[in-house]
Amino acid sequence: MNGPQDLGGQMGFGPVAPEKDEPCFHATWERRALGVTLCAGAMGAWTIDESRHARESLHPADYYGSSYYEIWIKALETLLKRHGFVSDRDLAAGKAVDPAAKPKRVMKAENVPDVLAKGGPCDRAIATPARFKAGDLVRTKNFHPAGHTRLPRYARGKQGAVEAVRDGFVFPDTNAHGQGENPQWVYTVVFDGAEIWGEGADPTMTVSIDAWESYLEPA
Amino acid sequence: MSHDHDHDHDNELDPFAARVRALETILTQKGLIDPAAIDVIVDSYETKIGPRNGAKVVAKAWLEPDFAAWLKRDATAAIGSLGYTGRQGEHMQAVFNTADTHNLVVCTLCSCYPWSVLGLPPVWYKAPPYRSRAVIDPRGVLEEFGLTLPATTKIRVWDSTAELRYLVVPMRPKGTDGWSEERLADLVTRDAMIGTGLAREPA
Repeated sequence: MNGPQDLGGQMGFGPVAPEKDEPCFHATWERRALGVTLCAGAMGAWTIDESRHARESLHPADYYGSSYYEIWIKALETLLKRHGFVSDRDLAAGKAVDPAAKPKRVMKAENVPDVLAKGGPCDRAIATPARFKAGDLVRTKNFHPAGHTRLPRYARGKQGAVEAVRDGFVFPDTNAHGQGENPQWVYTVVFDGAEIWGEGADPTMTVSIDAWESYLEPA
Repeated sequence: MSHDHDHDHDNELDPFAARVRALETILTQKGLIDPAAIDVIVDSYETKIGPRNGAKVVAKAWLEPDFAAWLKRDATAAIGSLGYTGRQGEHMQAVFNTADTHNLVVCTLCSCYPWSVLGLPPVWYKAPPYRSRAVIDPRGVLEEFGLTLPATTKIRVWDSTAELRYLVVPMRPKGTDGWSEERLADLVTRDAMIGTGLAREPA
């Protein structure tokens, strides 16, 4: 979706503000926000793609007015309600009022190191050969889906070169909506700055994206 | 973006802290989460999983050509051999700076970042100014980090739009011949491994 998350090339946000000796967290609640988000995700009710889509579905004014952990928590409330774990009555009361759906699993403290060390690989075997190879010229699709996609607006309808064929990966555009993993080949596609930004582009820059096969057509 | 939550203690008057606490309470009361698991997660990222991991990978690559070649060919396995695996590092790629080309990593669509080697991303990495400008004005962004590259240096920006996570291997500073891996690792900053900096020069 052409949502607030799709930031590449947007203007007006001002300078980057690197913070010297930045701490890992800026408030105690951020520690809990990280932990609650990871623990809730470990219940296995939604995918990383669905959670990304919940974040980018915040109203743009809300998204831009929120810090990243605030975005996480607001999206988490949506996910928890959608999947029947938390109700509006629970949230209004600040305590458990309504019964909850049954999670696939609950991550206990003793399992955390293993869960973090294992992660959630999303590469998948693909039976069909890759359509493109390194060196091929390709053009990205021009589309504006209302749902989740990982093809940023700035890189739509642009010609680039396949630099590397990666593995097969879960397709976020369907997986985010509970429509299955539908894995596809992923390619690293590199574009000249001028192809993306046109007049005035930095001639020394190139930019690459990692693109699922269906985002690409032969150029 | 501004952050109004810059205190380092619980404050019952802070509405967002209260909101997070309420959510944790509800989930705990329903038996959906284990609050002790949150403590372990937080401790992991505060004390174990951070840019020291990545610095060790880079220093080893500087010292051992075989390891560097492995890192280039199969970063996930090479990094995994040092014990750094898992969440947001499942599919790693290492990109090497050269005299001609400087690499810069961003995630314009969210905040994808190689947690297993760099830990949690800094606030600026997740915020709109960096995410919007890294792909259109990388030189301007680097200037804001105090890094001015020669006008002839090529800049390659890697937008992490899929599940590959990128680690920049900066160039080894001159004057470090014979240095131990540990000493070299001290020169490798987090920003150098994102591409918003270079490795530190020896003092």
